[in-house]
Amino acid sequence: MSLDSPKEPAIELVGIDKKFGTVHANKNINLTVAKGSIHGIIGENGAGKSTLMSILYGFYHADHGEIRISGKPVTIRDSQAAIAAGIGMVHQHFMLVENFTVLENVMLGAEGGQLLAKGVASARKELKRLEDDYGLEVDPDAVIEELPVGSQQRVEILKALYRGADILILDEPTGVLTPPEADHLFKVLRVLRDQGKTIILITHKLREIMAITDTVSVMRRGEMVATRKTAETTVEELAELMVGRRVLLRVEKGAANPGAVLMSVRNLTVKDSRGVTMVDDVSFDVRAGEIVGIAGVAGNGQSELLEAIAGIRKPSSGEILIHGKSVAGVDPAGLRDLGLAHIPEDRHHMGLVLKFEEYENSVLGYHRDAKYGRGPLLDLEAMRKDAEEKIGKYDIRPPNPRLRTANFSGGNQQKIVVAREIERDPKMLIIGQPTRGVDIGAIEFIHKRIIEMRDAGKAVLLVSVELDEIRSLSDRILVMFAGKIVGEKSGEAGEQTLGLMMAGIAA
Amino acid sequence: MDYFDIFISILGSAVRLSIPLLFTALAGLFSERAGIFDIGLEGKMLASAFAAACVAYWTGNAWFGLLGGIGVSIAFSFVHGFASITNRGNQIVSGVALNFVAAGLTIVLGQAWFRQGGRTGQVPPEGRFSSIVLPGADMMRDVPIIGPLYANVISGNNILTYIAFLMVPISWWVLYRTRFGLRLRAVGENPGAVDTAGISVAWMRYRSLIVAGFLCGFAGTYLSIAQSAAFINNMSAGKGYIALAALIFAKWKPVPVMLACLLFGFLDAFANFMQGKSLPLIGEVPVQIFQALPYILTCVLLAGFIGTARPPKAGGVPYTKER
Repeated sequence: MSLDSPKEPAIELVGIDKKFGTVHANKNINLTVAKGSIHGIIGENGAGKSTLMSILYGFYHADHGEIRISGKPVTIRDSQAAIAAGIGMVHQHFMLVENFTVLENVMLGAEGGQLLAKGVASARKELKRLEDDYGLEVDPDAVIEELPVGSQQRVEILKALYRGADILILDEPTGVLTPPEADHLFKVLRVLRDQGKTIILITHKLREIMAITDTVSVMRRGEMVATRKTAETTVEELAELMVGRRVLLRVEKGAANPGAVLMSVRNLTVKDSRGVTMVDDVSFDVRAGEIVGIAGVAGNGQSELLEAIAGIRKPSSGEILIHGKSVAGVDPAGLRDLGLAHIPEDRHHMGLVLKFEEYENSVLGYHRDAKYGRGPLLDLEAMRKDAEEKIGKYDIRPPNPRLRTANFSGGNQQKIVVAREIERDPKMLIIGQPTRGVDIGAIEFIHKRIIEMRDAGKAVLLVSVELDEIRSLSDRILVMFAGKIVGEKSGEAGEQTLGLMMAGIAA
Repeated sequence: MDYFDIFISILGSAVRLSIPLLFTALAGLFSERAGIFDIGLEGKMLASAFAAACVAYWTGNAWFGLLGGIGVSIAFSFVHGFASITNRGNQIVSGVALNFVAAGLTIVLGQAWFRQGGRTGQVPPEGRFSSIVLPGADMMRDVPIIGPLYANVISGNNILTYIAFLMVPISWWVLYRTRFGLRLRAVGENPGAVDTAGISVAWMRYRSLIVAGFLCGFAGTYLSIAQSAAFINNMSAGKGYIALAALIFAKWKPVPVMLACLLFGFLDAFANFMQGKSLPLIGEVPVQIFQALPYILTCVLLAGFIGTARPPKAGGVPYTKER
């Protein structure tokens, strides 16, 4: 799988093989990454990308195979050995101590002696140098939890560089970033590459691969199926390699046919638990047979708006009307009875009980429905049969209603939630981040279901931080910035226009 | 006695009553800041009180008694660690189990060895930590205000009392000024960060428990051979729980821990003083009210009325490497 490269290799993986019980996570992986390049590794969730990188970082040990750094075979027994070999890792979930300062986080594990005092001074100096060399500006005395996510990630990169990393692995680095933060990250990565660092970028976002990498490898079901020069491949080819079949990247949909107003929001103001106004005097309608998308950078009030409409968070003023009637004080169960279904933003936190078996989650929230019960008792048989039907219809894998929900992949977990909410045939559907952490195949499937709902005359309100998703699904787009709706555009609005509105620059 | 004398005598008694709380709360500080809940402090204190009394009784040496107390307390820490770190068991269950073991074992062994209904034998004077009169205490006694304070509150305590107060700045220094402290605090907040930095989470947590066992050993020793002259059944009497309350009340910080322990010690001393006395207008105040106050105050604090208590984030959660 190696490419002809004029530069010497920074990393070579030869015949890496890893099994977890019966799961063959990595099958005979060969990979060569040239020094001073950005190499992307792309694949669906569960394709084995993270396992491979964990082996490289000493979290796991390969059953077979060899790792060579700069041509020399190395044994990476633990993270300490990886650090010593010049490998740094930026994890998807940051490994930062939130109530520590930037400086303390950077020093942790590389304190330079039993007492902190001496190390602090030299760490401060070194941070300043890294900041100047790579444009990684962060206040060393800032406390992590008070920093925006983009800066926290910069601290992770600084941590790796501080330990002398020449090879930097980034695991899904943009998952938590806003578009401007992602742009900034890419800028930093290019500077790092130009200064001779080698970067491995793990992602399932094709656009990022195209935007930043020099070479790219595709993983599928534990195998490395292809390696390409980025300039010589296309998004379509990569998607096909990832999934193993042709994938529709654009959603096909006809013109909308909006009917009566089913759901209205009037002068709604919502505060968060700290008392900060997150939704500020917002009004809009959603009609039958249309998809209204709410675009915005995460944290601009979309989550609170969704929660208010779903009856989870109490608005401080304004009202929500369903079929023209105010639903103030109606609880989520009452709203469901009025025909409102809610696919929450965070399936782990709100959508599912991960310890429950699949069939339990597949009726959760609707368990009071007559068909699942016999008096005060649940009809488990009926629940399981119902779950099996949904599993068939939504191609949920593995097709086992008795499996713990935690054991399904992200995409399949999301399908469980989607199936539950859509199959009850609601009149209105509100959806938060329908495809966050979901692989391409499942994204295509979920998008189709959402369009079908619209075509069946349902009112759909969609919130997503993925601008592409909003643009491809919505008939109308509302842009939220700092709690206000700053403008409305048609579904055909350009990315640039919306991007500026999301940044609060244009209306 | 005028009111000032009464105040001084309550204050002196408050200091004495707060010492076991202080040692124990500092012990809890180390283990909880490392992410290990230690409800077993009570049991450790009790077991070390018993061990200290036994060793002091047999050897007639208070320092050997202290070593015995510390040793047993650390041994309990290891059991807690083995259950909750190595085997990732529930820390509360393990702690409660240790409390029961300590309560039962001290009685059984005490009865087997001394046959006095669970008491140990009377420890001879040289096997105890007795009061130290600081230089000039008698001379100062007649100086107004400062004199009695120095002579009756600051002077006249045993060596463990001074060690307890010395432990406060030492704990602060260890936690905030050393590599060990930085890693310990990190492991209680985000063990993943410690693990990916190439440091063993389990070994860090074991070390924090050893420190906790060490400090708790002082608390037990103080009970049996400094404050009294023998081990008595269940002589810790819930002090481990009050120390935990003090730890929460102090928001897991060393200096506030000392202040909280002094406050709770003062409430205890005041309760003792009020026993059988009646106040004008109110009449006799039930002592139980004062005894309950530490818990009530802690509940009020936890309910968010006095700022917010932010416990270590990873507290109580066994660490598992994630994929």
